[in-house]
Amino acid sequence: MPILNDIKEILTGLSITFRHIFRKPVTVQFPEERRAMPERFRGSIVLTRDPDGAERCVACYLCSGACPVDCISMAAAEGENGRRYAAWFRINFSRCILCGLCAEACPTLAIQMSPEMFHCRRQVIDMVYEKEDLLIDGTGKDPNYNFYRHAGTGVVQPRGSGAGEQAPADPRSLLP
Amino acid sequence: MTWTATDIALMLGKIVLLYAIILTGAAYLVLAERRILGFIQDRIGPNRVGPLGLLQPLADVIKMLTKEDMIPTAADRLLFSLAPAMAAIPAILTFAIIPLGAPVQLFGRQVHLQIADLNVGVLFFMALSSIAVYGVALGGWASNSKYALLGSIRGLSQLISYELSMGLSLVPVVMLAKSLSLADIVNAQAEMPFIVYQPVAFAIFLVSILAECRRIPFDLPEAEGELVAGFHTEYSGMRFGLFFVGEYINIISLGSLASLFFLGGWRGPLLPPVLWFFIKVGLFSFLFIWVRGTLPRLRYDQLMHLGWKFLTPLALLNILVTGWWLALR
Repeated sequence: MPILNDIKEILTGLSITFRHIFRKPVTVQFPEERRAMPERFRGSIVLTRDPDGAERCVACYLCSGACPVDCISMAAAEGENGRRYAAWFRINFSRCILCGLCAEACPTLAIQMSPEMFHCRRQVIDMVYEKEDLLIDGTGKDPNYNFYRHAGTGVVQPRGSGAGEQAPADPRSLLP
Repeated sequence: MTWTATDIALMLGKIVLLYAIILTGAAYLVLAERRILGFIQDRIGPNRVGPLGLLQPLADVIKMLTKEDMIPTAADRLLFSLAPAMAAIPAILTFAIIPLGAPVQLFGRQVHLQIADLNVGVLFFMALSSIAVYGVALGGWASNSKYALLGSIRGLSQLISYELSMGLSLVPVVMLAKSLSLADIVNAQAEMPFIVYQPVAFAIFLVSILAECRRIPFDLPEAEGELVAGFHTEYSGMRFGLFFVGEYINIISLGSLASLFFLGGWRGPLLPPVLWFFIKVGLFSFLFIWVRGTLPRLRYDQLMHLGWKFLTPLALLNILVTGWWLALR
């Protein structure tokens, strides 16, 4: 009798669903409970510091150029010691798609993706993060890396005044 | 019998109370369904509005009432606005004949916990469940949309087919109780509920009422995977709400009828009768939700096959065997 087999199957299904009623739900009650994200999760973007505590960012504009949605903008400046830094650095998170291309492009490992999740904002303008919002105190993913230790800081101001250095060429004088 | 002012006041009181019970019951059945389906699927379900989500039905009602009430331009306006009521009213009317408990003494007079003890109660119920078909049929027809029409055609054939097996499965009950009145049927089960004598009729009735209130696995008229929402595709706002509430009132009314016909209604040991009745209805409602969380939708030919080639002949055979047994006893 196939019908008896069918009834048996239906009862088996019912017993399985009944057991699941008493099982612990897998739901995470989001705002109250938060799941720890994996280390390499692409959450919000941070600017890290080198092991000596100085800013890693050299304002090379590579992140800005790599960004597919053009959400990163900055202005480069040069310090007294010849180090380049960003005078201001701005990420518009309302446009950011968290693709991680900026972190891949960064030559000094300054810009990194953190596993931190975004908070919602009432106003769009609050989604625009300035340099002081982005800068963290830690070194991020590569704790021992220091760009200037590899590259040196043998640049002095004004250009060409260092030992064995020629004055920079004026490109206008090379024009035909 | 002449009606005194007290009789009329009592009757009005009973009607208002019953309305309150079934509408609150239906609203909280929706919440219960969402929570239990959630638990079945290892989720939590709505728990944000109020403690344990208990104010969710209220929020749902506010949402329904404030939604835009749309009538498609091609729709038949009169039938379109009439159909939701035609689906909900028969479901509510069924409660008129349901005894909720034993007669109680109140202010020195006997009060039946039943609006009307019709001597043709079972027939009245069958008639109302036939009228409920019109809500589905006209709702789909008046929408002037192909999904709605397909849904209502399916609904018509399904409801008519399963009404047959439902009616036939009740014949042995009437034969045992020797009455069509629901109060008499409950009284006939004083020693033993009819499910002991009529397990086959109970099974047929259970499957038929699942089909009759268009629940999974018999939700072909709605079939959200195939027909968007079936016969109520074009409905929005409180018009949809009426169809929706009607479905849940139907679950309660058919669950209470199943407990009246086969489980002895309000009869039970220890606890007060009304409580026993609500426990039994609650069990049936839980069963409906549980089945919804378990079974997939039947195919259309499987549905017709089950109704016409299996349940109806089995119900007829059951009538014959019951008659034979009653005659030889």
